[in-house]
Amino acid sequence: MSIWENLGLVYALLGAAAAVFLAGAGSALGVGIAGQAASGVVTEDPSKFAKVLVMQLLPGTQGIYGLLVGFITLSKIGLLGGGAADLTPETGLLVLAACLPVGIVGLISGKSQGQCSAAAIGIIAKKPDQFGKAMLFPAMVETYAILSLLISILAVTAIQI
Amino acid sequence: MSEQYTYAVARIRALEVGLFSNSTIDQLIACQDYGQCLQFLEEKGWGDSESSGDAEAILTREEEKIWEVVKDLHIDMDHFAVLSYPKLFHNLKAAIKEVCTGEKNRHIYYEDVSIPGDAMREIVSEKDFGKLPAYMQHAAAEAYESLLHTGDGQLCDCIIDRAALDAIYEAGKESDAAIIRDYAESTVGVADIKIAVRSQKTAKSMDFMKRAMAECESVNVDQLSKAALAGMDAIRDYLLGTAYAEGADALAESPSAFERWCDNRIIQTISPQKYQAFTIGPVIAYVIARQNEIKTVRIILSGKQNELPEDSIRERVREMYV
Repeated sequence: MSIWENLGLVYALLGAAAAVFLAGAGSALGVGIAGQAASGVVTEDPSKFAKVLVMQLLPGTQGIYGLLVGFITLSKIGLLGGGAADLTPETGLLVLAACLPVGIVGLISGKSQGQCSAAAIGIIAKKPDQFGKAMLFPAMVETYAILSLLISILAVTAIQI
Repeated sequence: MSEQYTYAVARIRALEVGLFSNSTIDQLIACQDYGQCLQFLEEKGWGDSESSGDAEAILTREEEKIWEVVKDLHIDMDHFAVLSYPKLFHNLKAAIKEVCTGEKNRHIYYEDVSIPGDAMREIVSEKDFGKLPAYMQHAAAEAYESLLHTGDGQLCDCIIDRAALDAIYEAGKESDAAIIRDYAESTVGVADIKIAVRSQKTAKSMDFMKRAMAECESVNVDQLSKAALAGMDAIRDYLLGTAYAEGADALAESPSAFERWCDNRIIQTISPQKYQAFTIGPVIAYVIARQNEIKTVRIILSGKQNELPEDSIRERVREMYV
């Protein structure tokens, strides 16, 4: 089986990989940044572990969104069922384009949300009773990851294969 | 945006909870006597088991704790060098006076700096000023020679204090950290104003003031010196046109209000660091805040020991960082 004969499938697979890889990388960066801040607080005050852990986990959702789009894409092109669809290069490129929103926005928003979580962990360090308000700031960043997830899912499912 | 200091800043945020607020300071002032103040401090976790009951040991231990935290954060100590300049130049001043006058006193040195007492005394006694940092060498040689030949201790102090201000200002200009630049600017500006006020009270000459004051952006040394020659009102008028306008009000209020404003101004300079999450600023601000806290507690303890009335102590108390 030549790559050139299955270029459509290759493009579609690249799309699934981009969604998982980019969004996952964004989450890894974000969770890492928030984790550093969480460690700083827990070093001095271990009683705040649960609250800062929630903050650290917030940027982890982008990776899950990327994984979800990756699964839908693989399912759509038949790779999960065992019988790969016969995709034209044009259709493959459409699938690749459909996967990009969640990948790119996931990368950027994951890191930004991590930075926002790290700053919000500072609020918890000083005023733990303000946990709810502190959580809202990084949660705002999540909005845009959800929007990109929505568009990617709609686009992937709308493509006729 | 660099995340290099994320861990350090978050840890400092957790530590800031333990800093004394203005209300805690009020509680300390409200303590009935010196002994109760010490008990209050110990209940707040100040000192350790070895320093119990000894105010000086408690304050020294607290100063040590600051640097233990900073070392634990694994941040390059060069960032904090500017904060140690006053102590370093104090050691130089003390060593020159000790060597020139022959009076021995081991308890006048700071030991928690890069050149502690014994090393500084050895450098000065051997006149080996090349072993000092570049920013100290010229001032050390000049101050030593002037004290040796004229016996004028004030001139010696003036030379070294000016060199300290110049060194702080240069360190600020060369620093990448905004807080160091702001700290240096405020420190030198406030020091120049203090010199002008004291010079006016002791009728010093223009030459003396120009020798003592360091150049900086926020204060015009020439105009401030002329104002000091003209009188206290002229100093106040000059300050009203600068970033230090609040200093004019403090000057009008009382000498202790002015001294308090000088320290408060530094705390105001570092206050924006409470809202930074990713720079070294909050760590440096924490060190300055802790030093200010210790200084304030020392003032209160001294007031209590001398049985000063509460209002009199309160007038001298500095603004807290948190």
